Amino acid sequence: MKVPVSWLKEFVDIPVPLEALAHELTMAGLEVEEIRYVGLPLPKASSQGGERQEIKISGLEWDPEKIVVGAIYEVNPHPNADRLVLCQLDDGQTVHTVLTGAPNLFPYKGKGALPKPIKVAYAKEGARIYDGHQPGQVLTTLKRAKIRGVDSYSMACSEKELGISDDHEGIIFLDDDAPVGMPLVDYMGDAVLDIAITPNIARAASIYGVAREVAAITGQSLRPPSLSVLMSGAPIAGRVSIQIQDPKLNPRFMLGLIEGVEIRPSPYQVQRRLRLAGMRPINNIVDATNYAMLELGEPLHAFDYDKLVKRAGGKPPLIITRPAQPGERLVTLDNIERTLDDFTVLVCDSAGPLSIAGVMGGAESEVDETTHNVLLEAATWNLINVRRTVFAQNLPSEAAYRFSRGVHPAMAERGLLRGLELMRQWSGGTVAEGIVDAYPKPIPAPQISITAGEVKRQLGISLTAEEIKAILERLEFHVLQEGETLAVQPPDHRLDIGEGVIGVADLMEEIARIYGYERIPTTRLADELPPQRTDPLREREDLVRDLLVNLGMQEVITYRMTSAEREARLPFVFEPPPEQVEPIRLKNPIATDRSILRQGLLVSLLEAAERNARLQPRLALFEIGSVYWRSVRELLPDEILRLGIVLCGQRALTGWQAGDMTPMDFYDLKGILESLFHGVHLEEVRILAAQHAAFHPGKCAEVYLGEQRVGCFGELHPLVKERFELPEAPVLAAELDLNPILTAIPDRYGVEAVPAYPPVLEDIAVIVDEEVPAEKVEQCIWSAGGKVLRAVHLFDVYRGEQIGSGKKSLAYSLTYQAPDRTLTDEEAAQVRNRIVRRLEQELGGKLRS
Amino acid sequence: MLEQLNEIEHNALSALQKVEEEQALESWRVSFLGRNSPLMRVFDGLRSLPNEERPQVGRRANEVKRALEEAYQQKLEAIRQAALQRALQSEQLDVTLPGRPLARGRLHPLNQTLRRIFAIFAEMGFQVYRSRDVESDEYNFQLLNFPPHHPAREMQDSFYLDLPHPPDNPILFRTHTSPGQIRAMREFAAQNPADPPPVRIVLPGMCARYEQITARSEIQFQQVEGLAVGKSITFSDLKGTLTDFAQRMFGKGVRSRFRASHFPFTEPSAEMDIECFVCGGAGCAVCKRSGWLEILGCGMVHPVVLENGGYDPTRYSGFAFGMGVERITMLRYGIEDIRYFYGNDLRFLEQFA
Ligand SMILES: [Zn+2]
Repeated sequence: MKVPVSWLKEFVDIPVPLEALAHELTMAGLEVEEIRYVGLPLPKASSQGGERQEIKISGLEWDPEKIVVGAIYEVNPHPNADRLVLCQLDDGQTVHTVLTGAPNLFPYKGKGALPKPIKVAYAKEGARIYDGHQPGQVLTTLKRAKIRGVDSYSMACSEKELGISDDHEGIIFLDDDAPVGMPLVDYMGDAVLDIAITPNIARAASIYGVAREVAAITGQSLRPPSLSVLMSGAPIAGRVSIQIQDPKLNPRFMLGLIEGVEIRPSPYQVQRRLRLAGMRPINNIVDATNYAMLELGEPLHAFDYDKLVKRAGGKPPLIITRPAQPGERLVTLDNIERTLDDFTVLVCDSAGPLSIAGVMGGAESEVDETTHNVLLEAATWNLINVRRTVFAQNLPSEAAYRFSRGVHPAMAERGLLRGLELMRQWSGGTVAEGIVDAYPKPIPAPQISITAGEVKRQLGISLTAEEIKAILERLEFHVLQEGETLAVQPPDHRLDIGEGVIGVADLMEEIARIYGYERIPTTRLADELPPQRTDPLREREDLVRDLLVNLGMQEVITYRMTSAEREARLPFVFEPPPEQVEPIRLKNPIATDRSILRQGLLVSLLEAAERNARLQPRLALFEIGSVYWRSVRELLPDEILRLGIVLCGQRALTGWQAGDMTPMDFYDLKGILESLFHGVHLEEVRILAAQHAAFHPGKCAEVYLGEQRVGCFGELHPLVKERFELPEAPVLAAELDLNPILTAIPDRYGVEAVPAYPPVLEDIAVIVDEEVPAEKVEQCIWSAGGKVLRAVHLFDVYRGEQIGSGKKSLAYSLTYQAPDRTLTDEEAAQVRNRIVRRLEQELGGKLRS
Repeated sequence: MLEQLNEIEHNALSALQKVEEEQALESWRVSFLGRNSPLMRVFDGLRSLPNEERPQVGRRANEVKRALEEAYQQKLEAIRQAALQRALQSEQLDVTLPGRPLARGRLHPLNQTLRRIFAIFAEMGFQVYRSRDVESDEYNFQLLNFPPHHPAREMQDSFYLDLPHPPDNPILFRTHTSPGQIRAMREFAAQNPADPPPVRIVLPGMCARYEQITARSEIQFQQVEGLAVGKSITFSDLKGTLTDFAQRMFGKGVRSRFRASHFPFTEPSAEMDIECFVCGGAGCAVCKRSGWLEILGCGMVHPVVLENGGYDPTRYSGFAFGMGVERITMLRYGIEDIRYFYGNDLRFLEQFA
């Protein structure tokens, strides 16, 4: 909402500098995003020094000495240039010859002394204005020059040159009563507050609405606009009638009539204000509707009355409001034929639709240069219907902006009266006596009761009932005090105050705002502490995170949205069952590559690896995040927490000494997973050889927790890897289903005493067939070793001629230890023999000597 | 004899002066203190000396032996010291060469920020409550006092999902963590519907909004919501709690202010700014010259929301707040582009702790 300060000041005095006012408004919820100066002096540099500008400031100030009201008496041709004219211009002191190329002066060229002088904004030599010929706003200082043999040192300005608008089509023609010689800043210097209007403060989407807030915040008194209309025409009664089909869609509809209007431009001051407020002047009738809307917040619509009478076959028109029939069409005044939805409300007559209620008028019945009699509509519409229509037709407008946020029916009458009077003043028409009003079900005002105790309970401030009453009355609430209780009724420009507890909360906001958020003290919570809860799964998730970080892994967070094509680069590690395999699509994706919710985690991680591959010799990434599967039974999809890991590149970082620069392989990833499971004391995890389309058939394993498959990992299959831009080195990847893992992590685990007696250490190497998995050998050792076997550690795997082909030698260091005594050599030998025997019997193993 | 001993001593000591290595010293020891050295032969000849000379010569011989042994020890020590010095000198490193690089892991910066936020609020009694990413319109909007077609919905353009749903309750990726407020309150209130327990939680989570991806906006982002509900919670508690938070997050003495604002699920609502810690409020590019940085939105829980959560608004009150984890992180580290967080460029991620 752009608020010209000159307009605002018609309704309230501003006792403080504009920056201070902007601060107050911002703190009270009317955020001033910018102050644009249009003539008035810019504030001096901030007293705190530095660059600080709490509210953004822009604009141009008009030097009172150098920019004044001037009067052109005569427009003469330029002796050497057809496209220039020479004006005789009085600046109140001297008459100057001023050179200009303004096309709007050409009609007066060579007509001798003008019957009445044209008042203009005159900038003298040395004035700082914007350059009219450069795009945007570029400051320039007027200098003396000779243009085609004529001395030029001053000019009559366009709106662009003065920073009023970007219009540079011609110079400004001021209103005839502008006093010649008066500094222009005194005549029409202004500033515009650009205020962000939140939905709860829609009532302030008008100049008077903002003035009301200013008055309440600063304690100034408010001067309401005059609503009196000189009605001297024949009564409107019987010349038009209204039929509302559904008062829920159209609570109120009012009409006024003005006859004998002359369509012409509005007074310049009106045009200037409209422009500063962000609207384009059209003609006096349309401008009056817009001016009244901007001033009061009630959008108006003007019909050409004679066109309606014609449509009604010469009879008094009947205005009908109703929802559109499916497929019904209307050409709106932007000359677009629109097909309407059943939620769109129409203003019709007996011949069909006239306009889209609250959004835009129709082309056929609009006011044009030939209009003589104007029927003025002021109505109230259901905000939801307006809202849906604006979206469906992609048709935002100033009227729809207000109606879609709610306008109180009481505003219709004020808007109508103000609009009629402005039209009368600017068009020379005569307003018909009376207005036609259909308001079938007046909206009752809510009644809210509130106490000082409630204010204390909610806001933590101690106010007396009198103080609360005074605050609310500053916002025009009607307050009746009965002892400690206040009976409050909101003023009839507000729709945002509810009933009961909602109304109480609404009042709290108003009390806090006007009292000042800054004045409310800061306290620490004194309320009872809630029951203490732990979330073991969350704690364990963090434990997993920390363990992976400690293992040298970088955490990443990727997008939850992807595309089916991207996901298809890797076969799912967890294949959704058929009824869940269809991905969850976004109805309104922002881009085709973000059109579904991901169903697996690994592709996102591999994409992150791709992004870094060229720059990093070593990648070790992990992510903990959700994937989404459509649910079979529930309304909402399954959100499945996954852990993904990707490794690629050299084992150690590059330094200046020889380190382990060989590429990581399957066993690096397995080592990380083992460390992870060991770190969370999850001993029952099993890792089994497996096959999966994503992975190299010989370098793939699955993770089992009991009977449940909770993960799969391995080296990416070369054909899968080809689909990614990844380095030569093997890419190791794992995806784990985190929830069952987290659930299985024990809360507590026991810790054994450090043994008091020395261990017996021994190495054995056993030769077994290649097909015998190492895990089997180790299991066999454990089961044969009995209680005194405390540790089994594989330290070498050997294949070679010495032991024959098809064989491998596994070398283990074994630790024997008893908790209560030093083991004798005989005892150790017994255990060893038992292990060797069992390896022979069960696995055909032979001790390697 | 005494003459001879003097000569032995003199010769030995002057020979010792020339010795510089352990091996030469050993030869010297054999020559002058060994079994066949002149000195030992003096001892051997003692018996053959006349009785009256014997004690004097014996004493002198012992003196010489001690002196030579002492000199030997000193020399030995000196030679070893010198050898050690030489050895140490030869082992000198260029200590300015870099150390061995270690591959270190790190948490994602957003999780680092989240942990800090959790830690600060945990000390004020707020516990973490997790809730789901995909929500129904009912939870994301309606129960939070956003009726269908409410203007406030425009502030949160949503990603709707193509899933079967009842009319008027479409499914979407949550646009904020606030639906967790309802889920938490309903869960707690169910424990004792007549007199529900107080609530003090923080709700983290991934959210998504339909926005163009730019340096300032992302389609997905993480939010932390806070909710405190009880029988004596006021707007001044809200101000106090969040002021304490800001001071711990951004530095002691950082000034904050509360501006009136609007959210459908709180009333009164506020936006909290902190004084720009980059320029100290003097105005800079980070605060866009305003001297203030907007860090979160907050307010007193709307009675409709309390009611929808199972808490009677006439007996309970509460406050809620919500902040963007990305924004807080960007402010703390002076990051100017939000796209870094999900771009996962290691050159960015590796700069964090
Ligand atoms: Zn700053």
